[in-house]
Amino acid sequence: MARSVSTQRKLITTVFAWAIGIAIFFPILWTILTSFKTEAAAIADPPVWFNFDWTVENYATVQERSNYFRHFMNSMIISGGSTLLGLIIAVPAAWSMAFVPAKRTKDVLMWMLSTKMLPPVGVLVPIYLLFRDLGLLDTRIGLVIVLTLINLPIIVWMLYTYFKEIPGEILEAARMDGASLRSEIIHVLTPMAIPGMASTVLLNIILAWNEAFWTLNLTAAKAAPLTAFIASYSSPEGLFYAKLSAASTMAIAPILIMGWFSQKQLVRGLTFGAVK
Amino acid sequence: MNTTFRALMGACALAALATGATSETITVATVNNGDMIRMQGLMDDFYAKHPDIEVEWVTLEENVLRQRVTQDVATKGGQFDVMTIGTYEVPIWGERGWLVSLNDLPESYDIDDLLPAIRDGLTVEGELYAAPFYGESSMVMYRTDLMEKAGLEMPGAPTWDFIKEAAAAMTDKDNEVYGICLRGKAGWGENMAFLTAMSNSFGAKWFDMDWKPQFDSEEWATTLNTYLDLMNNFGPPGASGNGFNENLALFQTGKCGMWIDATVAASFVTNPNDSQVADSVGFAQAPDNGLGPRGNWLWAWNLGIPAGTQKVDAAKAFVEWATSKDYTALVASKEGWANVPPGTRQSLYENPEYQSVPFAKMTLESILSADPKNPTVDEVPYVGVQFVAIPEFQGIGTAVGQQFSAALAGQMSAEQALDNAQKLTEREMMKAGYIK
Amino acid sequence: MATKHSRMSARLMISPAVLLLLGWMLIPLSMTLYFSFLRYNLLMPGMEEFTGLTNYRFFLTDPAFFAALWNTIALVVGVLVVTVIGGILLALLLDQPFFGQGIVRILVIAPFFVMPTVSALVWKNMFMNPVNGLFAHAAKALGLQPFDFLSSAPLASIIGIVSWQWLPFATLILLTALQSLDQEQLEAAEMDGAPWIKRFWYIMLPHLARAITVVILIQTIFLLSVFAEILVTTNGGPGTASTNLTYLIYMQSLLQFDVGGGSAGGVVAIILANIVAIFLMRMIGKNLDA
Repeated sequence: MARSVSTQRKLITTVFAWAIGIAIFFPILWTILTSFKTEAAAIADPPVWFNFDWTVENYATVQERSNYFRHFMNSMIISGGSTLLGLIIAVPAAWSMAFVPAKRTKDVLMWMLSTKMLPPVGVLVPIYLLFRDLGLLDTRIGLVIVLTLINLPIIVWMLYTYFKEIPGEILEAARMDGASLRSEIIHVLTPMAIPGMASTVLLNIILAWNEAFWTLNLTAAKAAPLTAFIASYSSPEGLFYAKLSAASTMAIAPILIMGWFSQKQLVRGLTFGAVK
Repeated sequence: MNTTFRALMGACALAALATGATSETITVATVNNGDMIRMQGLMDDFYAKHPDIEVEWVTLEENVLRQRVTQDVATKGGQFDVMTIGTYEVPIWGERGWLVSLNDLPESYDIDDLLPAIRDGLTVEGELYAAPFYGESSMVMYRTDLMEKAGLEMPGAPTWDFIKEAAAAMTDKDNEVYGICLRGKAGWGENMAFLTAMSNSFGAKWFDMDWKPQFDSEEWATTLNTYLDLMNNFGPPGASGNGFNENLALFQTGKCGMWIDATVAASFVTNPNDSQVADSVGFAQAPDNGLGPRGNWLWAWNLGIPAGTQKVDAAKAFVEWATSKDYTALVASKEGWANVPPGTRQSLYENPEYQSVPFAKMTLESILSADPKNPTVDEVPYVGVQFVAIPEFQGIGTAVGQQFSAALAGQMSAEQALDNAQKLTEREMMKAGYIK
Repeated sequence: MATKHSRMSARLMISPAVLLLLGWMLIPLSMTLYFSFLRYNLLMPGMEEFTGLTNYRFFLTDPAFFAALWNTIALVVGVLVVTVIGGILLALLLDQPFFGQGIVRILVIAPFFVMPTVSALVWKNMFMNPVNGLFAHAAKALGLQPFDFLSSAPLASIIGIVSWQWLPFATLILLTALQSLDQEQLEAAEMDGAPWIKRFWYIMLPHLARAITVVILIQTIFLLSVFAEILVTTNGGPGTASTNLTYLIYMQSLLQFDVGGGSAGGVVAIILANIVAIFLMRMIGKNLDA
């Protein structure tokens, strides 16, 4: 199992891998660093790396200007809510596709995915009119519904690929023992599908958190998540690199931290059936 | 974790209930520029005067703001109770009955104090449909130290020839000093605001009396070539992406010799907290060519109340407060006279304290010299200095702006850009039914 | 295996998802289709009238349409090429043993968590800005003329930004697939004296085929509607150099408020997306069966 690798080669790989890793991460690192600089230091040429006067003034300014906490809560509720709702709808669908496949199952799945290819801008006005009539504009529930529908195909597909890997015999056995359909799902299927579910949940939260078209266009003040928060910094007046960096850091920090802590779960399940 | 979360949710719900019971909440959509952000910091005064009103802000970048509020008002979405809108929108919206008339603002508001040029633009058939928050024209802002170094003296009302001469003399690319910074970013409110105003001073116009587009005229060719010549030789790199904010940052960091843009920028470039060149900025009127019109525009950001809001009284109270003389005095007392929102009231310019602000006189002169009703050398069928006040203009203006921006980026020749502009404007005007 | 009863309940369980998506697709789609035959500008209420195919004629003869079509294809293909090739290389690298694997992996996947708006803002201002950006500083330090990314090479710059966001996704999927490769097979090939490139070409790459297909499918879905990155960085310009179909429709329906024209564009885009979808599904179907 273990490959014998010379220490020298391992060292070279280490240097190489770290260099690339840091290069890819660099824009984020630079943003975080800049958020602690003064505006003048932020555009200094040659750039300053660590030896500047660290300040948290930018964060204070940003907080003063926009209610970060409310945007943050909205992001949490919207991405969490849409993920939960998506799971409730997708688990039964994926289950039936995986274990009771019909002739058209594959077509249905592919059709679901194809709905994701519709350009959202093309249907904004109709949706806006519908939301107005249903009183859903600027409500969290409205966004939860939209994001659920947008991400549903991905959830169904991911779950379907995991469920398919579960051997049908186990279910047969459970059924022999007299398990009902419900307990079959709850007691047999779910535990086996936990890694896949976890990964699905994480991916969906990330996608919902970062969705920036519907969240911006269907909200005003009350339900606006972090994507709207960052929109007010997109082209501000005068020198703004440091403030922009602070706002950016605040917008991505929660999801970045969540992603890092759960990356093992995310990675383990992120296969979309690509691994046999 | 779960219980904390629930507790938090409960607290939020409670807080929402508590405020909901005692006060009315209005949602104000606004643009993310300095004066508007400043107002958000001064809200304590408003809350002291109106304890029963709560204000929610939606602060957006100009283009996004415009799209959001237009979409909302046109579909009667009702997401906003007060909207920040421009001089372009107010007459079009007012005519359609989308805005609440403000004629009944109280005596103390002193409507007659508003500058006539600004007020006219916000009035449709005798009804004032929006209150001006600040008004602006455009003018030349220049670096006095660099001008001196170049051995030149800026006249109060320069010509385009002088601007070119000065730009050439001030440019020092090795030290990253560019003689002139102008808008290049595509958009009807960005590069086209500048170029349309500039074209007026060259005798060009958008349409003739039969609404036929005029980009194939000699005057437009001269306008665009002069602009490209200035920017390619003496402008900063990446100018095709520069709008107001980008140029402001360049000027504040000492990279521009001259900058022709909105008069409101004067208070930012002379503010020592933000600007590295604050103590060496001079002002002059926008350039001309001896044909009459100067290359300056007229614009105001205004607060309007969409018809159909349930909270007209609260919204009016806010609009009145934000555009009142008292608000001006409040800003002056907290931030100094240089930072008050300019260009809306006669009384401000009669105030001796304000007259000592270096750019006050030039701002007023520029505003007074713009005439939206007769913007061009020849007679035209439209109103508006740097825009054409028809609903189709936003789309056409931005598309033409894209062409000129591409010419600035060097992706096509001026000739090609004008040709494209002519064709696409013809198409759109035909589609809209102005021409057959 | 499946009984009649279980088939019934299966249909019952799948129906909420299908019905919801059907509604989500059909209701706006039929409204869009209806609007596309109207002269309907949001700024001119009460003027709506049936105009037949006028909106389609104007949209399809718009010179910007072909530019946008080409840009859409270039953007999707460009990002796919960069992320798939980059992803394979990165996955091969990360699959090697080295010190601090966990941390490097965290660094590499980080861009995937960044909102498109934020990443576009950061790249545009802090890196690609020709005066104050970091790339300009670096160029000057090397004695070079700063390159003006967003006006001289707008589409390539956007491809770069979008690739940065999607590279982690491709890498992760490919890495997982690579790790599932049967090591004994590789070692056997190594013992037989097969050079590295042959082992890669004949053993690893075929093994990765499914993963690559998945990456292409998922990314295409998202790349067809790239929007925020363009809005923030170039506004589709200069000219139409970085306008894709999504952005073109946005300009029509939301900047010009021409709902009729925008809807016609939307219908055209939906048709084109479905052509791509059919093509992709065929490919996937072949690769994902078995």
